Amino acid sequence: MLATRSLITSSVTDLGVETLVAPARPDKTGAGTSAPVLPVDLRVTDLAKSFSGTPIFKDVSFGLSRGEAVAIVGANGTGKSTLLRCLMGLIPADAGVIDVLGTDVRNASGAQLRSMRAKMGLVSQKHNLVPRLSVLSNVVQGLLGQKPGVRHWSQSLAPAPSRDAAMTALEKVGLAHLASRRADRLSGGQSQRVAIARALVGDPKILIADEPTASLDPAAGEDVMDLFFKLARQEGVTVIFISHNINHALQYGDRVLGLADGGMPLDARAESLSAEKLRGLYD
Amino acid sequence: MTDASHPMGLPSRYERPSALAFLGYAAAILIILWSFAGAGFSIEKVMSSPPRFADFIDRAFPPNLEPQVLARLGWKMLETLQIALAGAVIGIILSVPVALLAARGLIAPTWINQIVRTGLGFIRAVPDIAWALVFVVAVGLGPFAGMLAIAVDTIGFCGRFFADDMEAADKGPSESLTATGARKIDVVACATIPAAMPAFISTSLFATEKAVRSSTILGLVGAGGIGIELKVGFDLFDYPTAMTVILMIAVVVISIEYLSGWARTKIIGEQR
Repeated sequence: MLATRSLITSSVTDLGVETLVAPARPDKTGAGTSAPVLPVDLRVTDLAKSFSGTPIFKDVSFGLSRGEAVAIVGANGTGKSTLLRCLMGLIPADAGVIDVLGTDVRNASGAQLRSMRAKMGLVSQKHNLVPRLSVLSNVVQGLLGQKPGVRHWSQSLAPAPSRDAAMTALEKVGLAHLASRRADRLSGGQSQRVAIARALVGDPKILIADEPTASLDPAAGEDVMDLFFKLARQEGVTVIFISHNINHALQYGDRVLGLADGGMPLDARAESLSAEKLRGLYD
Repeated sequence: MTDASHPMGLPSRYERPSALAFLGYAAAILIILWSFAGAGFSIEKVMSSPPRFADFIDRAFPPNLEPQVLARLGWKMLETLQIALAGAVIGIILSVPVALLAARGLIAPTWINQIVRTGLGFIRAVPDIAWALVFVVAVGLGPFAGMLAIAVDTIGFCGRFFADDMEAADKGPSESLTATGARKIDVVACATIPAAMPAFISTSLFATEKAVRSSTILGLVGAGGIGIELKVGFDLFDYPTAMTVILMIAVVVISIEYLSGWARTKIIGEQR
C-alpha cells in the first residue's frame, strides 16, 4: 500500500529552524485529499547508508511528485551526494526502500536499473565530459541508455534522429555553434551547459544535479542554474539538486530537504523558509 | 641547542634499527655477495679486460663501410624495423581486449581479472629471445617468427599497463554515462578508454621503442633481422662488420627513442 506519507518527517527546532509543516502530497491514487493528483516519481522510505561501519544517514524518507524541484542542503559529510547515488543505484544502500519511476532500486536487476536510469539525467559537480571527444559526441552519448551500441559511441556513427536530438539539446543550452569543438577546449560554464544538454537529450523524467555550480565562478553559476531550471520547468521534469548555496535552494527549489546529524531533520516548502533559518543546518 | 630547550627531548639523527631489521639488512648484504660469487665476479678479470677491450676496438675500427656491406646491412636493418613495427602494432591492438579483461572493476569478474593478469605475468616472465626460439620452432626460421615474438612480448607489456591505465582513469565520465543507463561495454568504450588514451599512447610508444631494441637481437636465434649479421660478424672474427652493425643499431635505436619522445610530446602534450 502506498500510504500518503507526510513530507515533513521531523522537527527542525534543534537546528534553529522552526517546525514546518508542508501540505501533504497526495499518493498515486489521490485518496484522502482533494488536491490535484500528481504522480509520485520517487519515494524513499527509511533509507540508511554507512561506509565501513560509519553511519552516514539513516531513517531518511521523502517523496517527489512529478514536476517538483527539490533542493538538498546540508554540511559537508552529511551524505547528500551519497543519497543521490543511492537513488540512482550507483552505490547500494544498507536499508530502506527506494522507488524511482516504479523501479525498486535496491532489488532491481542490472537491466532494470539501466532502464530506470535511461529515464533520468545526471549533472555532476564536475561536468564529467569525455575530454577528447567533440561536444556533439558527448551529447549523443547521453542517449546510450535508451539506444545502446556502437552507433551512439560517437556523433559520426550516430543515426540522423540522434544527431538531430543532440543538436536540439545543444541549441537549448545555446552552444550549437560549438558542436564540433573538443570538450576539453570549453570553459567551465560551457562544459556544464554541455553536461546539461547531455542530461536532457534523452527527455528524462527526473533530473539529478549534484552541486552543478560548485566548480564555476558566481556569474557562470547563476547562468547555469537559470538555464538548468528554465529547461527543467519547460520540460516538466522532476528535479532533485544539491546546493551549498542557500539562496539557490530557496530560489529554485519548491521544497528543501536538509541533511544533518545522520538524518533528514528538514523537509519543508521553500516559501516557508528563510536563508537565515537554513543556515542553522550548517551550525 | 640542548635538550633543556626542548622539554620533550630532541630526536636522535639516526634511529637504531631493531634486531629484526638488523638481521634483515645483514641477510640482504649476504644475498648480494652470494650473487656476486655466483656470477663469477672477479676483480682480476675486470683489471685485465681493458687491454682486451682495446684490442677489440683496435681490430674493429674503422668499421666496414664498403657500399655493398652497407647496402646489405641497410636492408637487414629495414627488415628489423619492419619486424618491430608489425609485431608492435599487432601486440598493441591485441592488448586492448586483453587489458579489458585484466582491468579490475570494468567488464570482467575478479576471477577472470586474476587469470588474465597471471597470464600476462607469465608472458612478461619469458624473455623475448625465448619467445623467438619458441616461434622459430613453431613457424620456422625467418622474420615471421621474430614478428610473433615481438607481438607476444608487446601483449605482456601493454596488456598489463593498459589495464592499469584504465583502472586509474578519471571515473567521472564513466559515472555520468552509467547514470544515463548505458551498458558497461558502452561506458568503457565511450568514457574509460578515451580517458586512458593519453596513457595508452605513451605506453604504446614505449612498447614500440622496446620492440625495436628487441628486434635487433632476435636474428641471433634465426628469427630475422640484423641480429644474424652481428652473430656472423663475431663468429668469423669480422669485427669491422660487427662494429658497423653495432653502430647501425645504436643510431637506429637512439633515433627511434627521439622520434618516440617527440611524438609523445606532440600527441599527449596537446591533450591537457
